[in-house]
Amino acid sequence: MIRRILALFCLALMATAVSAQTKINGAGATFPYPMYSKWFSEYHNQHPDIEFNYQSIGSGGGIRQVLAGTVDFGASDGPMTDAQLADAKVKIVHIPTVLGSVVPAYNIPGVKGEIKFTPNTLSGIFLGRITNWNDAALAKDNPGLNLPNVPIVVVHRSDSSGTSYVFTDYLSKVSPDWQSGPGKGTAVKWPLGLGAKGNEGVAGMIRQMEGSIGYIELIYAEQNKIPFGVVKNAAGQFVKASLASTTAAAATAKMPSDYRVSITNAPGKETYPIASFTWLLIPQHNSDANKHKIIVDFLNWMVNDGQKMTQQLTYAPLPAEVATKVKATIAQLK
Amino acid sequence: MSSPIQPVRIKSFVPDAENQSSSGPELVEKHSSLIGSGTGHWADRIFGGAMLLAALSVLAIVLLILTQLYWQSELSIHQFGWKFFTTSNWDPVAGDFGALPFIYGTLVSSFLALLMAAPLGIGVAIFMNEMCPRPLRTPFSYLVELLAAIPSVIYGLWGMFVLVPIMRNYVQPFLAAHFGWTGFFSGPMYGIGMLPASVILAIMVVPFISSITREVMLAVPQPQREAALALGATRWEMLRIGVLRNARIGIMGGIVLALGRALGETMAVTMLIGNRPEIAKSLFAPGYTMASVIANEFSEATDNLYLSALVEIGLALFLVTIVVNILAQGLIWSITRGNTVRAN
Repeated sequence: MIRRILALFCLALMATAVSAQTKINGAGATFPYPMYSKWFSEYHNQHPDIEFNYQSIGSGGGIRQVLAGTVDFGASDGPMTDAQLADAKVKIVHIPTVLGSVVPAYNIPGVKGEIKFTPNTLSGIFLGRITNWNDAALAKDNPGLNLPNVPIVVVHRSDSSGTSYVFTDYLSKVSPDWQSGPGKGTAVKWPLGLGAKGNEGVAGMIRQMEGSIGYIELIYAEQNKIPFGVVKNAAGQFVKASLASTTAAAATAKMPSDYRVSITNAPGKETYPIASFTWLLIPQHNSDANKHKIIVDFLNWMVNDGQKMTQQLTYAPLPAEVATKVKATIAQLK
Repeated sequence: MSSPIQPVRIKSFVPDAENQSSSGPELVEKHSSLIGSGTGHWADRIFGGAMLLAALSVLAIVLLILTQLYWQSELSIHQFGWKFFTTSNWDPVAGDFGALPFIYGTLVSSFLALLMAAPLGIGVAIFMNEMCPRPLRTPFSYLVELLAAIPSVIYGLWGMFVLVPIMRNYVQPFLAAHFGWTGFFSGPMYGIGMLPASVILAIMVVPFISSITREVMLAVPQPQREAALALGATRWEMLRIGVLRNARIGIMGGIVLALGRALGETMAVTMLIGNRPEIAKSLFAPGYTMASVIANEFSEATDNLYLSALVEIGLALFLVTIVVNILAQGLIWSITRGNTVRAN
């Protein structure tokens, strides 16, 4: 019996040795993880000899690992800072992959319609200046809704995350008080509110607590049918978050050559103002030429075929002009 | 007739004694040959060495953790010094870090949890050992031990969806109405905060206290109980004088073990405590613990100082655990000493 098992084991070992898989290791952001794992498994199906191993340990971890050179590529929801890039031993290239947006979700008893938020009311609520749903500023923008006399309970992410980064980045842009106060970051000193872990934690708390408001990823709100409000963009239009309005934000934003750009509060009538890219962090050179070639091939596949899979997982695809630009960047990687 | 027999008996005794005395040295020789022979000698030494190594490795691991934590947090230690433990500003964006709210949250939540869990756990143990009908004893003890086997994230989910609404709708309004004047039960009732976190911690550590208390109570000799009853003690008096007084060192040990668990518990507490780095008098208010902030913020901490501050929180948790354990050991020691004095 033991012999038979040993024989089987040896066979299995030989089988893996014969297929000679190349393993590409990556680590980073959790937000695009469902998309990345779909891409990686799809790419593995088409190229059985290549296997991607992606650990969704968070953007901070992704940046640290790629700087330390322990992974072949990193991933982050926020662009690396100049200081971090200066630390890098090899030049690191940002490749935008998909887009996400963040929505204000709430639970107000008796209110069925969509609440309209302006930059003023949204920052006012999270700064603790607007403390009741019947506040005059909110009522002015929502004449059709009968907002009740219920105290506002603010819920934010307790774990540091790209979602918080995008949301605080937006608040910093539209509110000078927010910028000089909490500022932007994956974790900030929130002026008030309760902290909950993960999108699911924030959504769970919102569902349970009457009068609560929090911010969650659009995908999460849509998949779980959580009501969320529309937000006034830079052009003065109230826009509901959707894949189209998210992609629109990326199309109108001014794109620098290294793609490290914030697209919150982007101009344009159809743009949703609280949106962001998520990036793969690719070292310009890899000591293993074979691995480098595989990564470049994968990136090319990602911008062409991969982008077609984004919609079914409710990620917003790159706008056409950005995709063209990214292709040129990938070509330079070689 | 008796006189000729006696010498015979003596004679017969003497060879026996001689036999014994001769077998005595033989035995010693046998042993000494074992001890003295090369292989036995070395085996003994190797065994001793291996045991020493095992014991030292524990010490080495602790020292290694401590030095590693210190090295990794050096940046923050140099930047903030002792101020790190006495200030309460936690601002990752501005790069200003103070750990006081986290230390406070960890200590208060654990202390409250023990306050609730200790009487409950001891009560469960007394019931199971002394009062529970025999057929129910095994299923009942399984149930209690099952509590210890539930993963902490399940506790967190249960807490969020079951405990929090109960807290918000029934417990907190009741406490506010009757004990609001103390200041510990006032302010907005979120259902989330220090109180529910302590309650979930209490539930999680009850099995530790109860199963150790049970074991210790079983170790109390049966005659102690019988003696107390024979002296006319009621059942409660018998338990108090005959059982609990003898078992209290062990019970304290169980509570210390539970405290260790409560101090380090992360997931369930994170889900219920509200994660707000503030020190509030009211137990309704949200708080934060050291383990929670590490779990929450470590993965995305990119800045070196930020990372270093988080590691220093880990160092603080390590030190707080040691200090609390030393205090608990001191408490046990003082109780033990009191016990012997009274016995004398």
